[in-house]
Amino acid sequence: MKEVACKSTWPHGRHALDSLMTMLDQIFVTIKQWLLTFIPENLHPIGSALLSIVAIISVFGTAFALTTILERKGLGRIQNRYGPNRVGPCGFLQPIADAVKMLTKEDIVPYAADKVLHYLAPIVLTVPIWLAFAVLPFGRNMSAIDLDAGIVFFFAAGSASELAVFMAGWSSHNKYSLIGAMRGIAQMISYEVPLVLSTIPVLMLSGTLNLNEIVNAQSGFAFGVGKWNVLTPWGAAGFLLFMIAATAESNRAPFDLPEGESEIIAGYLTEYSGFKYALFFLGEYLGLFAVTGLAVTLFLGGWNAPLAFLSVLPSWFWFFAKFGALIAVFIWARGTVPRLRFDQLLNFAWKFLVPLAVVNLVVAGIWHFASVSWPAPSLSRPLEYLETVAPRWLACAGLFFAAYEILGRVLSLKRAPRTYRYAE
Amino acid sequence: MPNKITFCLTAIFTLSAAVAAMRLRNPVHCALSAALAFAGLAVAFLGLDAEFIGFAQILVYVGAISILTIFTVLLTRGSEVEQRAAIFSRSWITGIAITIGVTGAILLPVFSSSLSFKTAPVAASAPVQSIGNELMTRYLLPLEVMGLLLTAALVGAVVIAMSDAPDKKRLVVPASVGRASVTGFSSEVLPAKAGTTNQRELTTV
Repeated sequence: MKEVACKSTWPHGRHALDSLMTMLDQIFVTIKQWLLTFIPENLHPIGSALLSIVAIISVFGTAFALTTILERKGLGRIQNRYGPNRVGPCGFLQPIADAVKMLTKEDIVPYAADKVLHYLAPIVLTVPIWLAFAVLPFGRNMSAIDLDAGIVFFFAAGSASELAVFMAGWSSHNKYSLIGAMRGIAQMISYEVPLVLSTIPVLMLSGTLNLNEIVNAQSGFAFGVGKWNVLTPWGAAGFLLFMIAATAESNRAPFDLPEGESEIIAGYLTEYSGFKYALFFLGEYLGLFAVTGLAVTLFLGGWNAPLAFLSVLPSWFWFFAKFGALIAVFIWARGTVPRLRFDQLLNFAWKFLVPLAVVNLVVAGIWHFASVSWPAPSLSRPLEYLETVAPRWLACAGLFFAAYEILGRVLSLKRAPRTYRYAE
Repeated sequence: MPNKITFCLTAIFTLSAAVAAMRLRNPVHCALSAALAFAGLAVAFLGLDAEFIGFAQILVYVGAISILTIFTVLLTRGSEVEQRAAIFSRSWITGIAITIGVTGAILLPVFSSSLSFKTAPVAASAPVQSIGNELMTRYLLPLEVMGLLLTAALVGAVVIAMSDAPDKKRLVVPASVGRASVTGFSSEVLPAKAGTTNQRELTTV
């Protein structure tokens, strides 16, 4: 994989450049090993875990600060205004000002609130989300723990957020909070189904639940292009379904109904202020980061380079480049797509995304059995390779697209006018 | 030794959460304590190296079952909480009777079974792969039956929820019903210490 790389310009440079790049690739692993030499041997497991935790918290804490400012500036551009531009150069110190403001604000708890739950809700939301980052492979040899059931762990870590949303909404003793929490829970439960279903083809075809092995299954290149799951029909469809469900799962626009400012003030966040509010904000962004990292791992080849000659660059660079690109897509979607109505939201999940995800399972099965009974010749004969792979690709993609078309047409048939059960 | 300490801590945590789930007065607090107890059980599974079962326990019980419980509590009426009442429920005698009955019903067959305590416990580890293989080969039929049963239950739930007669739509609902139907749940289960002003707000939506 590495041999393909680097057209060196100087005669003896190739080997030197290779080893330099290998060193850069493993720089964080090396630093961690070096730091571990300072502590006694029997404390190494704890020390290693602590170092990983510190790294994850600092990297994604910084990513949170950066994303908030970039999102505000990006949304500003989309909405034809400047965005924050007063604090620091081009407004890039705004997150620090925000943090100081949040920390020094008064923490207001409503008189009628359930004090304990009101206090616990932001903690229950934010703390378990950090666990999800433990299984993500950020680069070659760079995942905090290598779990056999990594993806199950990932979803288990995220499952406490629904409880946190409920605790926040119910304990505030405010009707807007309660409505927001109910919307949030209904939405999260509904979109968790397509989210998990769209990951299953990847698990089926890589034959493992271990995220590191899923990334390894996507390594290697065909004609200089990475063998990413997104380049297969079931992978492309799964990726789209996953991204849509992930947007809804992290309560972002156009699926931000639980917070819908114009309808229910701020949903379950209505009665929160100061640092508790900031924790909610942090928790939501961390959920977004975690699920984006999972999308990169499952569909975009994890830390593998997109093109063969680009694999000189360090693996962690590729992970974070893809991660940043996906975050940019989320910001873009937030700036351009209007908010859905609640019945549209639930119909979209149950009548459209879930059936398509099930069809995608079938497509993945067909793809697998087609490749078993009809294996493609080696890459050294490109024409024959394409002749065998292309029909399989087109058949699978066609099947999914037909399902998409039929479902879309059936669902958009004109029916009786919508009835308003409680609003009349 | 560290394993024993971990186990004791987990056991104390789980048991206190379970006791709280039965003893607390507010049904929502009970449901949340039950979720804590489920999480404690998951930690116990992880302590036994049953990785997959532990995570599945969190995913299914903490993530889904507890939410279901909470929805049930909020959507059913008759779960009023007296204001200024003690935070512990007083129906503990019934609770103890039920507990003894259920525990006995579980323990009796276990102790009378010929399988129990005869074989030395092996340090069983259950890798995901073997669970998957067993489910797809030996236990395929039970798995399919469970799937069918759950699907039937799902369809049944939808059918029950959809049965609204069209003529009922324009009925003028009395205030007590309207309160429940506007927000979808009764205001009585909102936190104790509820001021009357807040309840009136819900009524007049």
